Amino acid sequence: MVRRISRREFIRICTGTTAGIALLSALEPYILETLAEAAEGKPPVIWLQGAGCTGCSVSLLNAVNPPIQKVLLDIISLRFHPTVMAAAGHLAWHALEETAAKYPGKYFLVVEGGVPTGDDGIFCTIGEKDGKEITLLHALKEYGSKAAAIIAAGQCASFGGIPGAAPNPTTTVGVWEVIKKTPVINVPCCPMHPDDFLGTLTYVLRFGELPELDYFNRPKLFFPDQTIHEGCPRCEYFAKGIFAKHPGDEGCLAMVGCKGMVAHSRCHIRWWNNHTNWCIRAGAPCQACSEPGFPDDSGPLYGRYRLHE
Amino acid sequence: MSKKVVIDPVTRIEGHLKIEVNVDGGKVVDAWSSGTLFRGFEIILQGRDPRDAQHITQRICGVCPIAHSMASARCLDDAFKAEVPTNGRITRNLIQGANYIQSHILHFYTLAALDYVKGPDVPPFVPRYEGDYRLPPEVNKKAVEHYLEALNMRRKAQEMLAIYGAKMPHITVIIPGGITEKVTKESIDHFRSYLKELIDFIDNVYVPDVVAIGEVYKDYYDIGRGYQNALAYGIFPLTDEPDPTGQKMLIKRGAYANGKFIPVDPAKITEDVKYSWYRNDTSGLNPAEGKTEPQPRKAGAYSWIKAPRYEGLPMEVGPLARMWVNRVPEVFGLGEKAFSTMGRHLARAIECRMVAHAMMEWLDQLRPGEPTMKPCEVPREARGMGLWEAPRGAIGHWIEIKDYRIRNYQVVSATIWNASPRDDKGQRGPIEQALVGTPVKDLENPIEVVRVIRSFDP
Repeated sequence: MVRRISRREFIRICTGTTAGIALLSALEPYILETLAEAAEGKPPVIWLQGAGCTGCSVSLLNAVNPPIQKVLLDIISLRFHPTVMAAAGHLAWHALEETAAKYPGKYFLVVEGGVPTGDDGIFCTIGEKDGKEITLLHALKEYGSKAAAIIAAGQCASFGGIPGAAPNPTTTVGVWEVIKKTPVINVPCCPMHPDDFLGTLTYVLRFGELPELDYFNRPKLFFPDQTIHEGCPRCEYFAKGIFAKHPGDEGCLAMVGCKGMVAHSRCHIRWWNNHTNWCIRAGAPCQACSEPGFPDDSGPLYGRYRLHE
Repeated sequence: MSKKVVIDPVTRIEGHLKIEVNVDGGKVVDAWSSGTLFRGFEIILQGRDPRDAQHITQRICGVCPIAHSMASARCLDDAFKAEVPTNGRITRNLIQGANYIQSHILHFYTLAALDYVKGPDVPPFVPRYEGDYRLPPEVNKKAVEHYLEALNMRRKAQEMLAIYGAKMPHITVIIPGGITEKVTKESIDHFRSYLKELIDFIDNVYVPDVVAIGEVYKDYYDIGRGYQNALAYGIFPLTDEPDPTGQKMLIKRGAYANGKFIPVDPAKITEDVKYSWYRNDTSGLNPAEGKTEPQPRKAGAYSWIKAPRYEGLPMEVGPLARMWVNRVPEVFGLGEKAFSTMGRHLARAIECRMVAHAMMEWLDQLRPGEPTMKPCEVPREARGMGLWEAPRGAIGHWIEIKDYRIRNYQVVSATIWNASPRDDKGQRGPIEQALVGTPVKDLENPIEVVRVIRSFDP
């Protein structure tokens, strides 16, 4: 029997700096406990894809603690997800409608990809009913309004991301700019990190409320006030004024494009892909893909960061 | 009297696809393929620093970002006149190879297998189309175990990739002239330990599973034939020498049309837009001069995908095309049957094995401590072309640089070829053509149709 986890303990685990283990390994028993206690069984989840690349779904499949098989089979009831669900066409769409009708105010909506709003959302249709194509914009309004909460998975769903970059030909925006009444939690990065996503979901399920959010609706647990620069292993080079001349060189990467000074993410702690590597460690400048301005404010990606006037 | 069947969304693919078929006498008599998402990458890229293209275009596809990264990097290498050192070439190959392994395993198990194997009776595995799931219960059970195990394997392939790629999806290390990550003895050993485990899975589970499914679903070697045209640009350079014709590669460049092997001349590629939601006056252009000017709701059009053609012909791209033009015996030996639903799955598995084993040799060719990159400068004015192969097929990037900025950038990716709509002459796209003749037993459960579509890995 697993002990109930307190809010304080949860936060301690999430913000812990233990390098070498995947962040959520310590949380796994609590996640399972949370679900065993869920009154109506596994929470139903609807996952919509808009102007994105499926990279956030692929990133979720990279989850290690808990492994993705456990997530799919034991943790959530994934009723609609275009990349993994067995059904297609009408059958798939029916599963979505049925879930929304059966669990109003109880299901979780995950949105991956930005929301094209230009020309009535014509740039992204995600299904068809009675011979009429359904835009993501329409589906989001319809099913977003009935959800318990919405998780915007990744940079595009949070802030528009790459499809929303200038000149934004499809007027793509983040979910929270369309949905105002249902709470929207933004879990950016390009792609989103599976630990950030599953940690957020677990918190909401465990405590029945939103985690503390920052100004951009990001959970502070995973997007802290501290920047990557402040925790960067190359910070000493910065202090000594040793700057890399080219990406890949020894030294601080600030002069060859690093945007770690404005990136509120925990890449330097949790790394990527089961703690295998991360950008700055591999000599690649941080692109601040956790920030609302990505990619426009991060560009040129190999240029020095300049504050906008 | 034919009946219309609409499948929207087509699930278990990357992207947004709708397929419409007309069925008459129990068979598909016509088909329409519609891409239903427009993001406008080629417009977004205009005016940016050319080096940013390599990062932005990765976001076209989160399953195969490396292919875009590499097509873009080679396009930029070409424009910048970059020289890539040996370690840079090989680490790029290893990163791309790791992506092939993850993508091919993901495709067969996570995306395609549920058309042949009954998953557990919980969402997302139900609801499912009713149909002829032919595996005996004990074999089906084993296949479900492999489905779950494959999720681990594809994850491990991503972790292997990140050893040199930093993070996956969307890597940050590739740069004109090489990569930013270094080669050490430790990283080679780390990579090798992952690769050994993956090779074991590919040799002893993935390839045998595909062969076994092909035995049970033998008729699918005759379903989904298509045009029997094939195009491959080639991938995995084996030397540091210039290779303008793509012949010094593990998988060589080549094409096959009307029953003949033909050389590839990129100048013969054009993109039609009569049936796509783009302005008609931009139709028929070579990508080096290509234009992307959206016109939503254009009369007669039905897709956001353009219709690329080679010498005016629709061409199938992907593992089957690559194995066919390289005359790899396991695939080429099938003759006409290679061009089929099952032939595509088999070609993908055989290719996966071939690439994984080659990677083991490449690891031994790395030189720890030697450079992985040779720095180069952004030119004031230049043009570049990068021809490459995504796991799902031929991919090309074209750039024109003016005043150190991108003036024009065009991408013709694999699914643009395979899932294209009709061209200006009215010829169907490759998937549309492959669907014609497909038997459909139950209009409410068109499982045969999705089997054909997914064999292309759209």
